[in-house]
Amino acid sequence: MIEVEQLSGGYGSGLIIRGVSFSVQKGELFGILGPNGSGKTTLMNMLSGLNMPASGAILVKNKPIQAYSPKELARVVAVLPQMTSSQFAYSVKETVSLGRYAHQTGFFKSWSEYDEEAVRDAMKKTGTETFADKPLSALSGGEQQRVFLAQALAQEPEILLLDEPTNHLDLSFQKDFLDLLKQMTADDLTVISIFHDLNLASLYCDRLLLMEKGAVHTIGTSGDIMKEEHIRDVYKTDVQKQPHPEVPKPQMSLLPASSIETSVEVGEEMIEWHGDYLAIRPPVQLKTLSSGVIGAGWGWRSAFVNRHVDKNYNMDNFEEEAAHYFRERGFDLNETVGMMTAVKMEDAAFRREVQDDVSVFAVATAGVGNAVDVTRPRVSWKELHKPGTINIWVFANGKLSEEAFVQGLMTATEAKVKALADAGVTDLQTGTIATGTSTDSILIAATQRGAYQQFAGSITPLGIAIGRAVYESVAESLKKTARRKAMS
Amino acid sequence: MRKRSTRTFLLNKQPAYLLAVLFLMSAVFIGTAVGTIHVPFRDIAVILAHHLFGTELGDVDPSLDNIVWKIRFPRVVLAGLIGASLAIAGAAFQGLLRNPLADPYTLGVSSGASAGAVMVLFFNISIPFLGGFTLPVISISTAIMTIFFVLLFAQTIERSMKVETIILTGIIFSSFLGSVISLMIALTGEELRQIISWLLGSVSMRGWPYIQLIAPFFIVGALLLMYMAPELNAMSFGEEKARHLGVNVQRKKMMVLIAGSVLTGAAVAVSGTIGFVGLVIPHFVRLLIGPDHRHLLPLSMMSGAGFLIIADLAARTVISPTELPIGVITSLIGAPVFAAILINKKRKGGVA
Repeated sequence: MIEVEQLSGGYGSGLIIRGVSFSVQKGELFGILGPNGSGKTTLMNMLSGLNMPASGAILVKNKPIQAYSPKELARVVAVLPQMTSSQFAYSVKETVSLGRYAHQTGFFKSWSEYDEEAVRDAMKKTGTETFADKPLSALSGGEQQRVFLAQALAQEPEILLLDEPTNHLDLSFQKDFLDLLKQMTADDLTVISIFHDLNLASLYCDRLLLMEKGAVHTIGTSGDIMKEEHIRDVYKTDVQKQPHPEVPKPQMSLLPASSIETSVEVGEEMIEWHGDYLAIRPPVQLKTLSSGVIGAGWGWRSAFVNRHVDKNYNMDNFEEEAAHYFRERGFDLNETVGMMTAVKMEDAAFRREVQDDVSVFAVATAGVGNAVDVTRPRVSWKELHKPGTINIWVFANGKLSEEAFVQGLMTATEAKVKALADAGVTDLQTGTIATGTSTDSILIAATQRGAYQQFAGSITPLGIAIGRAVYESVAESLKKTARRKAMS
Repeated sequence: MRKRSTRTFLLNKQPAYLLAVLFLMSAVFIGTAVGTIHVPFRDIAVILAHHLFGTELGDVDPSLDNIVWKIRFPRVVLAGLIGASLAIAGAAFQGLLRNPLADPYTLGVSSGASAGAVMVLFFNISIPFLGGFTLPVISISTAIMTIFFVLLFAQTIERSMKVETIILTGIIFSSFLGSVISLMIALTGEELRQIISWLLGSVSMRGWPYIQLIAPFFIVGALLLMYMAPELNAMSFGEEKARHLGVNVQRKKMMVLIAGSVLTGAAVAVSGTIGFVGLVIPHFVRLLIGPDHRHLLPLSMMSGAGFLIIADLAARTVISPTELPIGVITSLIGAPVFAAILINKKRKGGVA
């Protein structure tokens, strides 16, 4: 649709764009990224025919852009600049109707039924028909931007050029706006857009062009562009890459310059013993990966609760009941990881282990009424349920990579399995040594302060500490529950 | 479906046209009827029909015919043409320059025309064959020359000729020519009164030949501007936006500037600098019917014509038989009315 070959140019004598080449296919959503002053807008002005290139060529539908008359070009390319304004109070309808200018031919420029329909259609698509008769100046910035999008759509272009289109839009319309663009690319509209927001661009664009100082840094899919080193290189700022929770597109997070951090060490003295629950509330939020009734998954959490429930606890709407329970005791559900067990809190055990530059504090409650050997074939268990759960908390006083979290889970699980084996816990159904119970929960929480731990495998300092702490606490809790069972 | 609460200008435009035509027609008739000798409307209609369509004069007094056809009607027509020229040029310039404060004199055209006229008066120039027409002819020529100098100069500063550059160039030329005029006034002796009264503007004692002089410029200029109404709409959103919409900005801008300047130059040449019409009439019309140039231009033209006819009527009747300068009247009537409208509109939450 558009081919750019060795394009150079700028304003006056200085070259702002130097040797840029790329091509955009029909129906593609192509994003242009780059820091301030990298030449994005200059490039856009050349693509829209506003500025002539100093050298190189722009081919629009295989024809040099200079060969188009302004009207011919406007029938193929529509442009939505960052901000358009008028001194005069044109109504929304009048403004959108101007989009038909390029289609009005002949001496009398008559307004046809088709023109009217194109205008109505564009206003409908952008949700601007409700204020068709209002003057433009009575609308908010975001609404005005939608009106000018409608104007561009009324041009019925094959290519739409946008300069930071979502700048003035609120969150929901940003999404609606880009969804609309995406949907129109499915109908063969080609969209080239400048983006400020890397994450938004990564989410929506088919391909991205990253510009640096007027030249191409990288062209490719969001996976190619959204690399920490590229972004750090071009934007000169620290970012961290993460996957999007739902969509396979990478996202970047800014890392604010860190203030001076006091060190925090989670340990025995932080455990609060209450009758039917125990809690740990560290003074800072911990980066946490967990399973549990409340606050499972990734998060930054500042409260960890293990709650005792009766053996005959009604399991039907336990999530609701649990949320109510935790809220009533003053826990902020957004910052809390909550677990439940039939084990009495007096039978909880904990253990601190130090290895080299890292320390680990583990807390476990272990009941084995449901012990399971996961390696044996069996029917799925949902309907058959007896209380008896092993809940393991691992607090690492260090700065962990995500890799370390995953390895930490592995190591902790291995230690748990070994503790069960050593205690001779068996699966009642198969009679073999159990590997866990049917409802085990685990969490790994890190202070993200102190020494950096990239790994938590079984022979790394963190791994060794986790293994020891988990094994010892699980083993001790097993002993306590076994003793209680024997006494009753 | 249109809500009653939305702005007045969103209502059908037909009543606006009807109103404008009515206003213009009544201005013409009143302007022709009122004077030291009152002429009844019926007689005016008969006389005009006689001259325009060749109907019988009937029982109308021939001396009335003389007064109407030779003196009053040409004066009214001239005032109308000048008012129309200034108003339509003002509307176009405001749209093109995206500046509600722009008027037909912004680009220095009027200074060019005035400098030419004052030069004629100062040096007592009289070109053979032209005789009494020396002044308007030279004035139109200097006006047109000024436009081209301004545009040429703006182009040497910046090839793309942004409106800001054009406005600045206009200011430079206005100031320069203004001081040339002041210089001639300072050096002048007995023609002082003549020069000053020309500068204040008047449409008296001109007759049909002046109408023939301005008419071609008016017709070409006004038609050209009205034809470019869609481009003006697009350009009032900025030159870049207009270009994106498909307007050949360079060419159309040049055409609007030249058409508007020719209209202004011709008007100034025959009547002197009459202020206010070109600034306020377009504003007034825009408040009523909105900024769409397809309606704004013709309606401004009609309202401007009617307004200047009324202003001229006031100029020659207020302290009759002495005539006041028409430029003074336009401002005296126009400014308070306009101020009242603006205040009213702002209170209602409208935007000019």
